[in-house]
Amino acid sequence: MATVTLEQVQRVAALSKIALNDQQAIALQKELDKILEYVEQLNVVDTAGVEPTYQVTGLSNIVRSDELIDYKVSHADLLRNVIEHQDGSLKVPKVL
Amino acid sequence: MSKTIPQLQAALQNGSSARQLVEAAFQRLEEVQTDYNVVISSNKQKALLQADQIDKARQEGKDVGRLAGIPFIAKDNFLTFGSKTTAASHMLEPFEAPYQATAIAKLEAEGAILIAKANLDAFAHGSSTENSYYSATKNPHDTAKVPGGSSGGSAAAVALDIVPFALGTDTGGSIRLPASYCGVVGLKPTYGLVSRFGVVAMASSTDVIGPLTNTVEDAALILDIIAGKDERDSTTLSSRDDTYMSSAVVKSQKIGVISEYMGEGISDEIRVQVQKRIDQLKKLGHHVEEVSLPALNLALAIYYIVVPAEISSNLARYDGIRFGHSADASNLDELYAKTREEGFMDENKRRILIGTYVLSSGYYDAYYKKAQTARTLLVKEFKKAFEQYDVLLGPVAPTTAFNLGQNTADPLQMYLADIMTVSASLAGLPAISLPSGVDSASLPIGLQLIADQTNDAQLLALAQQLEKENTRG
Repeated sequence: MATVTLEQVQRVAALSKIALNDQQAIALQKELDKILEYVEQLNVVDTAGVEPTYQVTGLSNIVRSDELIDYKVSHADLLRNVIEHQDGSLKVPKVL
Repeated sequence: MSKTIPQLQAALQNGSSARQLVEAAFQRLEEVQTDYNVVISSNKQKALLQADQIDKARQEGKDVGRLAGIPFIAKDNFLTFGSKTTAASHMLEPFEAPYQATAIAKLEAEGAILIAKANLDAFAHGSSTENSYYSATKNPHDTAKVPGGSSGGSAAAVALDIVPFALGTDTGGSIRLPASYCGVVGLKPTYGLVSRFGVVAMASSTDVIGPLTNTVEDAALILDIIAGKDERDSTTLSSRDDTYMSSAVVKSQKIGVISEYMGEGISDEIRVQVQKRIDQLKKLGHHVEEVSLPALNLALAIYYIVVPAEISSNLARYDGIRFGHSADASNLDELYAKTREEGFMDENKRRILIGTYVLSSGYYDAYYKKAQTARTLLVKEFKKAFEQYDVLLGPVAPTTAFNLGQNTADPLQMYLADIMTVSASLAGLPAISLPSGVDSASLPIGLQLIADQTNDAQLLALAQQLEKENTRG
């Protein structure tokens, strides 16, 4: 039976970098609890000796030759969306 | 009369111009947009320019493609160069796509003309189109009802006869459910058959692109054009059929009615309509019987672990730095956290948090790995069923379109609308929603047919045969 704590909600919110106020966190705690309780019905399913499925069409690592492909996307079009840039480089707030 | 591609092609043959077709589409759009909120953006100037180019080429006797002059709409999670792509989200409101989605490029290469971007649940997270940053779309049959989701705008556009086809995406039912609620054909192809290059990613192991149309024949035609390997999408299958359109008579199929989908949770009126189709299929000479697939009862639980996990990964790119919304912040961490709090709708946050939770240290084995392992049981059960049956059958949804606002307070209740569509998604199978009657409130009911991987042509052929039988009787 799921008992998601407020602390757990805050923890995953911090991990996924989403700022939540207390009101939002409490609301999400209730919702997540209910949803996780529903999905926990899988706990009783016997999966002994079964391998997980991550990919349903049998693909494994797709490789291509190490050659430049011209995707015909202009530098200008890519930069147009960037919030802050200078001399063709992206500007980000200080990391360290 | 509902718009179809052959109907518009006939008009062109009889002297109409592509410009006239596009103008008619915009006229219809303008008539209905206020009441139904079908689209997020449209580009009349660009569309008319393309139409004029097609008309000129036609006059010069040039080959203008299989869809020359046919207007269409794409869900607003398809990147379109030169027009807005928002994914119905505040996060992508300022976004200008630097390239065109492959599926749209392929359609345009055949002369089709994109006129607008359809409304959806933000980032395709939803079953009702109520999670849109741009307000909900209304059901064409009753404005108090939802059109379904997340491709609600695409389904409404076709049901309202703005265009004969629209593109949608289906991760757990997002083409089939709105098709069912709006009374149009909705096709979810085999996973990997259509390139997803240029489509905003939701869940990478189940996302597919597909058409919504008024006829099965039109759905097959669109699949014919958009299917195929793409170097820019490494999950695309290495081969495809020569054609997905068939005029061959479908003989003697073995059809399995999924007993888990015909149980207590289904409305009686829906069961009656499904039974009618079963009787029609028997009359057509097919062998129809019930089959039990118990693993399908696990599908929704598997889905709402695996898909949020994949969502949390795919939505990590929205960071307020390279594109999209960017919050005012005094440091990097605040930039991320505020941008994402401001840019995402509640449902987006819900799914990211669930996904992060089930993938986090200490919980990964119990949730994510367990779900992916249970997924194997589901895939195996389908495989076994397809050794015995050509096609599986059931309703698309337990009910017809529900009221706007009915499920918004209870996320789990909303998720239950997907209970019969997520299974085909988890196994990568092709599935179609076929309009099959209405309920006592005149709301459409959808029949779901599911086939084995890469049997899209056979699925479409059977659906087309059943559709013909429906219009006859």
